[in-house]
Amino acid sequence: MFQPRSIHSSLSLKDKILSLDYILVVSIFILGLVSILAMYSTDGGEFKYHTNSHILRFFVFFGMFLFLSFIQIRFWHSQSYLIYILFFILLLGVKYFGLTSSGSKRWLDLYFMNLQPSELMKIGLILFLAKYYHRISIENINQLRYLFLPIVVLIAPLILVATQPDLGTALLIAAGGVTVAWLAGVRIKFFAFSGLAFLGLLPIAISFLKPYQKSRILTFLNPERDPLGAGYQIIQSKIAIGSGGLFGKGFLQGSQSYLDYLPEKHTDFIFTLFSEEFGFFGSLFILILYAIIVWRIVKIGNVTRSNFGKLYCYSFATAFFIYVVVNMMMVLGLLPIVGSPLPIMSYGGSSMMAIMLGLGIVMSCKVYKDTPVN
Amino acid sequence: MLSPGSGNTVIKSKLISRRMFLITAAKAVVMFGLVGRLISLQINQATKYKSLSDKNRFREWKLAPERGAIKDFFNTEIASTEPLYQVHLVPENAKDLDNLFVRLKAILNITDKKVSYLKRLIKKQKPWEPIIVSENLEWSDFSRINLFLHELEGVEPIVSVARTYPDNSSAHILGYVSQISKKDLQTKEYLKDLAVPGMSIGKTGLERKLDEQIIGKVGYQRYEVNAFGKRIREIKIDEGQAGKSFKTTLDYEVQKFTNELLKDKAAAVCVMDVFNGDIVSLVSSPTFEPNEFVHGLDKAYWNSLIKDEKKPLANKALSGLYPPGSTIKTLVALSALENKIIRPLDTFRCKGKIELYGEKFHCWEKDGHGIVNLRKGIQRSCDVYFYEVARKLGVDRLSETAKRFGLGKKVLNDFIEERSGVVPNTKWKKKFIGQNWYLGETLHSGIGQGYFQSTPLQLCLMTAQIANGGFKIRPRIIFDEKNDNLRNYLKHKNENPNEPLPTDLLVSNFNLEPLFKNQEHINLIKDAMFSSSNEPGGTSYRHRFENPKFTFAGKTGSSQVKRFTEAQREAEVKQENLPYKERDHALFVAFAPYKNPQYAISVLVEHGGSGGKAAAPIAKKVIKKVLERHELRRSINNQIGEPV
Repeated sequence: MFQPRSIHSSLSLKDKILSLDYILVVSIFILGLVSILAMYSTDGGEFKYHTNSHILRFFVFFGMFLFLSFIQIRFWHSQSYLIYILFFILLLGVKYFGLTSSGSKRWLDLYFMNLQPSELMKIGLILFLAKYYHRISIENINQLRYLFLPIVVLIAPLILVATQPDLGTALLIAAGGVTVAWLAGVRIKFFAFSGLAFLGLLPIAISFLKPYQKSRILTFLNPERDPLGAGYQIIQSKIAIGSGGLFGKGFLQGSQSYLDYLPEKHTDFIFTLFSEEFGFFGSLFILILYAIIVWRIVKIGNVTRSNFGKLYCYSFATAFFIYVVVNMMMVLGLLPIVGSPLPIMSYGGSSMMAIMLGLGIVMSCKVYKDTPVN
Repeated sequence: MLSPGSGNTVIKSKLISRRMFLITAAKAVVMFGLVGRLISLQINQATKYKSLSDKNRFREWKLAPERGAIKDFFNTEIASTEPLYQVHLVPENAKDLDNLFVRLKAILNITDKKVSYLKRLIKKQKPWEPIIVSENLEWSDFSRINLFLHELEGVEPIVSVARTYPDNSSAHILGYVSQISKKDLQTKEYLKDLAVPGMSIGKTGLERKLDEQIIGKVGYQRYEVNAFGKRIREIKIDEGQAGKSFKTTLDYEVQKFTNELLKDKAAAVCVMDVFNGDIVSLVSSPTFEPNEFVHGLDKAYWNSLIKDEKKPLANKALSGLYPPGSTIKTLVALSALENKIIRPLDTFRCKGKIELYGEKFHCWEKDGHGIVNLRKGIQRSCDVYFYEVARKLGVDRLSETAKRFGLGKKVLNDFIEERSGVVPNTKWKKKFIGQNWYLGETLHSGIGQGYFQSTPLQLCLMTAQIANGGFKIRPRIIFDEKNDNLRNYLKHKNENPNEPLPTDLLVSNFNLEPLFKNQEHINLIKDAMFSSSNEPGGTSYRHRFENPKFTFAGKTGSSQVKRFTEAQREAEVKQENLPYKERDHALFVAFAPYKNPQYAISVLVEHGGSGGKAAAPIAKKVIKKVLERHELRRSINNQIGEPV
C-alpha cells in the first residue's frame, strides 16, 4: 500500500533543508539588506529608531519564514479556515479595542508590538479561498450556491478594513481573494457582475456610515490630506525619482528625502528614496529582485502537486506582485496615493510579518511539494 | 487507488495553470510599463527633475552690500556701517499669513498698527517680493526668531549692514540714506541690479552724490533649505562687493566744534582752503539726526523736522539763498577798480542818505560817514559810498565781476540740493521778470540787496578767491591728491621775491586762471578788509584777534528780509526789537591769517541782525579752531608731496 504518509515521513531534516528554494531565500535576504540600507538613509545616515527596529524585524521575521518553511503543508491546509477566523477575530478586535492614529483605527496593541491585522488578513483570505476551491469539485465552481461563501469571506473583512478607514489595504486584500477565485476557474461574468454590484451598493453602504466616517472616506478617496495642496506628495516623489537620473545622487545624498520634501519616506515612499539615491539602475535592481521573487513563487506553484498549493502559490505570487506594483505606480505618479507598503522594503512590522508568513507557506509548499494535503 | 476526484484534480490543475499563464503575461506587461515609466522619469526627464530638485533645495537671498565709508581729512570715519538684524517675510512662502502674524506679534512685539500696515503692503506688491517685518532688531529678538523659524514659514532672518553716523555734526553735507523708493528705481540706472529689500540709498548730500560708487555690489547667499523653508546649510556665498570708501576734505573736529557753536541757531558756516578749494568745514544748523533716517523715519520726528521754522532739513550753506548784503561790497569795489570807474583815493561824502529821482537811499549809519574813500567805504561798510560807486559802475559790469568770482552758479558738482542763486543784470531782469532795469535797482545791487541771491558757500568761494590773490579755485569736498598749481606758484614767488611774473607766464607756467586785470586791485580789497576787521571804526573791529597768527580780514553784511519803513527808521528801531522773522540775516566773510592767507570762511546767521554782532563772533571762534589745526592739516598735505 502506498500510503502518502510514508512519503513525508521519509523526508529527513537534511532533505528538507536541501529542498528549500535557495534562489528565493537569497533574493529575499538581499532585498532585506537593501531595505536596511534604505532605512539607514531615511534616518539620516545613523542607526536610529527606524533602522534599528527594521533590522530587528527583518531578522526575526526572516527567521520565522525559514522556520515556517518546515511546517507541513498539510497543517496549513487543515488550519486554513481557523487561521482566517483568527485573523477575522483580530480585525473585529481592532474595531472595538484598536489604537487610533492619524484618524484611523488600524492597530491592536500587543504590548511588544502594534499589530495591524488587516495586513495578516491579506494572507488569511488567500489561505481560506485556496482551501475552499481546492475542495469543491470543478463542476460546482460556477454554481451560485458555491459562490455564496467566497463572497461572504471576501466582503466581511473588506467592510471591516474599509471602515477603519483603510481603503488601500481593503482593496489589496480583495485583490488576493479575487485572484484565487479567478485561478480556480470562476467565470469572468461573475467578476463583472460583482464589480457592478459593488459599485451599485457603495452609495447604500456609505449611507449607513456616520458623518465623520464619511468625511474620512472622502478624504481618503481624495488624497489631499497634505497641507501644501493637492498632489504635493506625488509631485515631490516624482521630483525625487526623476532627479535621481541614471546613477542616482549617491547613498545618503538624496536631497529630497533629507530635506523632508518626501512624505512617508520610511513606509510608502521608501522606493522613492532608494530610487533618488541609486538612480535608474538602482530602481531596476529592485524591480529585478521582486521579479525573481515572484518568478520563484510561481515556480514553486508549478512544482507543488496539490491544487491547494498551486492555488495558494499562484495567488500569493500575484498578490505580492500587485502589492509591489501598486506601491511603485503610486510613487511614480501613475496611481493616486493609497496607503500601501512596499513588501519587505517598507517600514512596518505587520506588513513584514504577513509577507514572511505568506512566503513561509510558499516554502512549505516547496519542501512538501509531493505531499498530498488530504 | 485513485479517488473519483483525481481526474477532476488534474483538470482543475490544468485550468489553474492556464489562468496563471494569463496572469503572468499581464504581469510582464505591467513590468514593462513600470520600467518604461522609470526610463521616462529618470532618463528622459532627469534634467527637468534635477532642476526642480535644486529649486526645492536651494534658496537664494540677496545681500545688501556694505556701503563704503566716508572719512574726513584725517581718516576719521564720519559715515560708517554696522551690522543690522532684520526679519523679512516672503508672503508667497507663508501658509497662513494671519496665523503667522499672530506668532510674529508674540515673538517680536510688533504693534497691531504695524501688522495692518504690513498686510496692506502685502496686498500691494507681488507675492514673491519680500517685505520687511522688522527693520532693526536687537540681537536677542533676532536669535529668538531663528529659534522659532521652523514654525514661521515664509519668514527670513537677514543679517544686513546699515549706515551709521558717529553724530549729527555733518548731517547736511553727508546727507542721509533711506529706503529705495519706486521713483529711485525708475530714475536711477545703477540701481537696476541692486534692488535688495531693505537696502538704503543716499538721498541727499554726499551720500547721494557718491551713491553709485559707494553703494557696492549686491551679494548672494545660497542656502539648502528643507521642505519647511528652514535653512539647513549654507551652500555658497557671494559676499558682493563693499562700496568704495571716500576720503573727504572735511575736518571732523572742526565740524563738531562748529556744529556745537551754531546750536539752536538757524545758521551756516563754510570754511575753505584758499589755495586748493578744499572744503574744511560745511555746517548748517539746526541739524538733524541722520541715523534716524536709516531705519524708516519715525513720523513724529519727521513732523517735528518739517514744522520747525528754522528748517533743520535744509542745508543752508548749499541751498539757502540770501542777498549777499554788504559782503558784496568787496566785489563792487574790485569791479569799479578793474573797470577804472574809481581810483582808490577817490572820495564821496556820506550824509546818511542820498536821493535819486525822489527815492531815498539810506546808509545804515543815520548820521553819515562824512568823507569816504574806498578803504574807509569797506572798513565802515558805507552804503552811500557804494551807492555812488554802483551808480557809476552799472549793474552789468558788476554782475560780470560777481559771476567771475563764482556767484550765480553752483560751486560743487552733483549736489541736488545746491542752488545757484542770482546775479542780476539788465538782461536777466528782462528775461526772468520781463521788465527794464531801473537805476535804483543798481544802487540796491551795489550793497548786495534787491535781486541778488547767493549761498554761503558762494560767498566763501568769493572770499577765498580774493584771499589767494585773485586766482580761480575749484572747490572740492572729495579728497584729491593732485598737486596744487597755486601753491607751486606761491612757493616759486617766495623763493624769487624780486622776479615779477607777468600774467601770461602765470597762466602758462602754473596753469592759473587769474580773475583780475591788475593784482594790485585785489591787494587793495584785502587791505580794506583788514581795516574793517582790525582798525578802529571797522565793522567787526570788536571781534579781532591781536595775535598775528590768527588775525583775519573780513567783511560784515546783513541781508534785509523786510524793508525798513520810514517810520521804523525815524524811531530808530533796533534789529533785536523786531519780530524774529523780520530781522536781517547776519553775514560775515573773512580770510585768515591776514599776512599769509590759508582759509576763507563765510558765516550766515538767519535773522541774526547785524553781521558784526551775530556772525563775526562765530567766525572768530571757527577761524581760531581751524588755524590751530592748520599745522596738522599741512603735515598731511606735505606727506602727499604738496608744497606749501
